[in-house]
This record gives sequence, C-alpha cells and structure tokens, in this order.
Amino acid sequence: MLMDTKTPVPGAASTAARPAPPFDAVAALKSAAFSGAVTLGLGFPLLAYDTHPDISNALVVLPRWSWAIWAAVIVFAGRFIGLMVGARPRAAKRPQQLRVPSRSEGFVKANLAWFAVAALVAFPLVMVGALGANGSLKWINNYGIQILIYVMLGWGLNIVVGLAGLLDLGYVAFYAVGAYSYALLSTTYGLSFWICLPLAGILAAFWGMILGFPVLRLRGDYLAIVTLAFGEIIRIVLINWTDLTNGYAGISAIPRATFFGVPFKDGEGGFADLFGIEYNPIQRTIFLFYVILALALLTNAVTLRLRRLPVGRAWEALREDEIACRSLGINTVNTKLTAFALGAMFGGFAGSFFAVRQAFVSPESFTFIESATILAIVVLGGMGSQIGVALAATVLIGGTELLRELDFLKRIFGDGFDPVQYRMLIFGGGMVLMMIWRPRGIIATRSPSIFLKERKAISGDMVKEGHG
Amino acid sequence: MTTIIEAAPGRKAAPGRDGAPTPMLSIRGLQTFYGKICALKGIDMDVNEGEIVTLIGANGAGKSTLMMTIFGSPRAREGSITYEGRDITRLPTHEIARLEIAQSPEGRRIFPRMTVYENLQMGAAINGFAHFDRDLERAFTIFPRLKERAQQRGGTLSGGEQQMLAIARALMSRPRLLLLDEPSLGLAPLIVKQIFDVIRDLNKTEGLTVFLVEQNAFHALKLADRGYVMVNGLITLSGTGKELLSRPEVRAAYLEGGH
Repeated sequence: MLMDTKTPVPGAASTAARPAPPFDAVAALKSAAFSGAVTLGLGFPLLAYDTHPDISNALVVLPRWSWAIWAAVIVFAGRFIGLMVGARPRAAKRPQQLRVPSRSEGFVKANLAWFAVAALVAFPLVMVGALGANGSLKWINNYGIQILIYVMLGWGLNIVVGLAGLLDLGYVAFYAVGAYSYALLSTTYGLSFWICLPLAGILAAFWGMILGFPVLRLRGDYLAIVTLAFGEIIRIVLINWTDLTNGYAGISAIPRATFFGVPFKDGEGGFADLFGIEYNPIQRTIFLFYVILALALLTNAVTLRLRRLPVGRAWEALREDEIACRSLGINTVNTKLTAFALGAMFGGFAGSFFAVRQAFVSPESFTFIESATILAIVVLGGMGSQIGVALAATVLIGGTELLRELDFLKRIFGDGFDPVQYRMLIFGGGMVLMMIWRPRGIIATRSPSIFLKERKAISGDMVKEGHG
Repeated sequence: MTTIIEAAPGRKAAPGRDGAPTPMLSIRGLQTFYGKICALKGIDMDVNEGEIVTLIGANGAGKSTLMMTIFGSPRAREGSITYEGRDITRLPTHEIARLEIAQSPEGRRIFPRMTVYENLQMGAAINGFAHFDRDLERAFTIFPRLKERAQQRGGTLSGGEQQMLAIARALMSRPRLLLLDEPSLGLAPLIVKQIFDVIRDLNKTEGLTVFLVEQNAFHALKLADRGYVMVNGLITLSGTGKELLSRPEVRAAYLEGGH
C-alpha cells in the first residue's frame, strides 16, 4: 500500500483552494449515459422480468421492462447531477492541522471505557424505569443481551484473528461446544450454570487446541478453509449423533439461570421472595443482562491484560511475521495454540450463556452464517481493536433488530414487505461502503501495548498491510 | 550467565594456527533439500569465537539457505551443526535462539505494525527482559536513529532504519554469535558503510562473533577475518578476507564491474 497522503500537513490549505476545472457537460453526459447503459445491462436479467412459481410450481415469467428502464434513468440522472455538483468550485477547505486534543477531551477519551461500562450497568434499570417491565423487555433482551453476546464473541475471536492473525472461519464451533456442554451437563447430571460455565470454557478451549494442532503449519487462505471445515464438522456431528444430542430436534428444557441458586420464580423461595419485592419475569432477564455484561467485560479485561504480557505481544508479533518470531526464539507452536485455546474458551463461555438464556439449543443456531457474522464484526470493527469490535457488534446486531421495528414501511411498500428480508443486502452494501471509506475497519489504529513516555495511537493508514 | 564479553586482546583465534580452540560453530557435511532439490550439497565450515566470518556468493547459491538451516528451518537432511560442542542440528528453531545465537533474517523482517520500541522488546523476550533497560540503552547508543523513532511503527521506517532495527532487535537477546543475512540489501552505500562499521565495532569492543552472509563481496571481505565463497550449494573457496579479495577468480566473479 502506498503511503497515504491523508497525513495532515500544516499549510496544505494553499493547495485546497486551487480553482476547479470548468464543468464539461458533454463528458458528463457521456459518463452518465455509460452508467445508465451498465445499469440497463445489469438490471435486464434481474429487473426486466418478474419470475415466480405458480400453483403447479411452474415458472411464470412476466415482462417488467419499466423497472429496468426506470433504474437506468435514475442512475443516468444521478450520475449526471453528481458530476455537475462535483465540478462546482468548492469553498476552500479548512486547513487540516495536527490536532492537539484539549485536556478535557483527553480526560473523556481516557475514561471512555468507564463511561461506557457505567452506561451499560445503568441501562436495564433506566429502561425499566422509563418503559415499565413489559415495555423494556424487548430492549434489554433483544438489544442488550443479544448485542452483548456478539460483543463477547467478537472479542473472543479478536484474540485469534485480530491479535494472532489466524483467520478462523469456524469460530461458531466453539460457541456450539459451549452451548452443548451446558445443555448436556445440566440436563444429564443436573449441574448448575455456575459449575458448567467454567467447564464449558475448558471444553471449548480443549477443542480449540484440537483444531490448533493440525493447522499449525497453515496460514491465510488455507487456514481459513480448514477452520471452516472444522466448524461444519462440529455442526454435522451435533446433527447426526442423535443419541447424545437429539439431532435436529435439539435439547430443550435446559434448566434456567438461577440467582446463585435462588430460582427466578413466583412465590416461596424465589428471587423476588428473598428480596421482598414483587415477582416479575423481567428480573431474570436483567440478571442475564448483567451476567453477559460481566462475561464480556471479563473477556475484554483478559485480552487487554494479555496484550501487555509476553504471550500477547508474541501473538501480535506472530501476526506480523512468523519467521522473525521464530528467529527471536518465540515458540510459535505454543503461541498459536494459546491463541486458539483462549479464543475458543471465550466462545465456550458465550455458548454456555446462550444455552442458559434460550433454555433450548439445536444445531440450527450454529451455522456458518454465525461464524461469518462474528468475523464480519471483527473485521468491520478493525482487527485487534476492542472498541471497534464492540461498535461493530452494536451496529450489525442492533441494526438487524432495528429492521424489525420498521413496520411503517409496510404502508409504503405493501403488506408483503419485510425489512428483515433485506438484512443481507444492507449488510453487504455496508461492507462495500466500509471497504471504500474505512478499509481497515471502524477503528483502524492500534495503540502500542507499551510506551516509552506517552501513549500515542498510530494510524493504520500509515503502514503497509500485514501479510495475511 | 555472562553475556557481554569484555574485549580481550588475543582472544581472536587466528585461522589455520596450530592449537586453535575448537570452533564456536562448526558445520560438517551439511545437506539441505527443498523437496527433491538439493540446495546445500555438503557444506563444511567453521566460525571461531571472536571472528567475523563472511559467506559470499551469487543469487541462489544457497547462502540464505545455509543461514536458515543453522536455525533449523529448513532442517538439514544430512550432516551436523555443532555450536559450542553441542549438536544443534535437530533442535527446534526457538530453542536454538535461546543458545545466545541471534539471527537477523534476510529482508529484515521487522514487525511493521508494532513500534520500534515493541520490536526491540520482542528481541528481549528470550531472556525474560532481565536486562531490558540496559540493553535498550545500548541499542539506542549503537543506533541513535532508533531512539528518535522509538514510538514510530516499524513499517514507517526507511530501509536503512529498518535494517538498524533488525540488527538492534537481534542484539537485544545479548547473543554471542550473530548471524546476519544480507544487511546491505537495498541500502544506500553510505548506510551500508554505517552498518558495517557498527558490526566491526561490536566485534572489536564486545568480542561479538559474527557470521555474515553477503552479496556485497567487497565490503564483506574487507570487514571479515575469514571468508567462504559459495557456488551452487558448495563451498568453492575459503581463506582470509584479504586473500579472497586478491584472488583473481573472486575478483572476476564478484567484484569486477561491481565496485
């Protein structure tokens, strides 16, 4: 990658004010016509014919040329206007300068994480206060808990992909191992969640090592393929080993979470009874919210701590250059295995939490698309960046949930319109835009784990890409 | 464990002298293969303590392969590598690095997204940062340029600075034997001179033993106590640096037209 010219240079203002070239209408028309023709060509198979099966399952093809033509016209007009606007002389940009953060800004920045944690701790209580128990359930459960699960998964995978640079497409396998560990241990042996949680983590870490050994020599694409296969193997074993896992039907009636042994139930001996408050199902949800919040923060704390320890630095060095690592006496085998094992362990914790929350697990929850989503969170967030991953999880998972809220769109597009169906389209479009604007993720800076005098984040734009 | 050896005059083992001490690094009948292709066809070579030994040869002669084979990757198929009387032929790479041998691999291979400081820290990982602060001072004294760049990412350094960083990183583990693979690669002549001066100083003042693989035959032979010439996976000539410099076949093959 070439050195980016985005480097702020004081005095760059003089060049920004240079006169724009005059608007060339003919060239713009040509360019717009070309874009329109491309749209027509691309849209012809997709838009010009409406295809759907009839009652006897035969294909019905109805011409719908107006759609394709409209699309071409819109693109033509849009391109032309875009060129016209773009050619107008712009007001001289303000000079870009090396910004020195003010002291108060520095304080907010330094403590941003603590503010975020405080906000998250207050979140369920504020929601209950504002919307009442019934109104807030959706926000705490579908948004809060769901997003935090993916934040945790993203942080777990970040150890493997972001720090150690090992592209893992089968991360969901460890999530599944964690979920089934809790499901089986609790339904078979009646073990409680708090005993199963570490066990699930250990089992998942163990499977992480099992995956790690055969792929020690692989890197990049090859590693990705093998991990992808591993994820599928786990899922298919879960489907077919019906004696143990009950196959497609999954495991239901998994014991619910208890408040350290006190069940969330109405009446004598329940959580509400113990604390002398009125029983409400939301209490369990709030408790689950705090559990996943604690688990996610644990993941984050461990990752941040490890980054400052030799093993964490060895991960990052491994991502940068494996041969150099070996010549510096780093045991790359152990380094890779610890990355796989730790990443898997947090996946296992999250899986175990997933099982206790749903009280039902089935192989359908652990398909490849889950792995892809988690990986997308890590990549979109900015590999190795903890805050970036949290933001990406919020946008991706929260965004999906938000699509369910857009019922008013049915009034515009008719009853058959379901915004959730467009999730992947929006997701893909967002990915493309990210590639254009922020190719290295939302947070593309990597803050050094050690400092000589002061902390100084370094922009990812300035450095060549790592050798995947 | 003593690491920096105080300069002791007369410690240098002159080659060919009778009763010379056993070599620090001794390679016998070494053969290395890439699949079916034989890259090293039986190498015999010694590096005595306190010496600078250079290995010169054309592209693809097998110089870097020899360097990598000493570090166990790729593995030697035949022959032996002995370091201080210990057979290290089959030792895993990371354990070889713990024997106070350091390597600055070909193409520098610094960690581009980590800062200069972090890069140096990785170099000290082996001995558990026992004397990190002192070694860091030493690295910055040897290469003051690195101190200015300490907070910068490795990838943003110039080629010469990256090479300095690669050498400084290798020195952080306090090696007694330093393997350098083409430190002059792609550098301006002035920087090459600086780097070679540093190597000479380290050898003189600290008694660091250096095994230098180079294409820049003129500089390398001038610097070295002894040299080996490699052609197609075989050592064809050896002798003191001066001897080799004056040999007509060496001049013809590696020097004429070059410098």
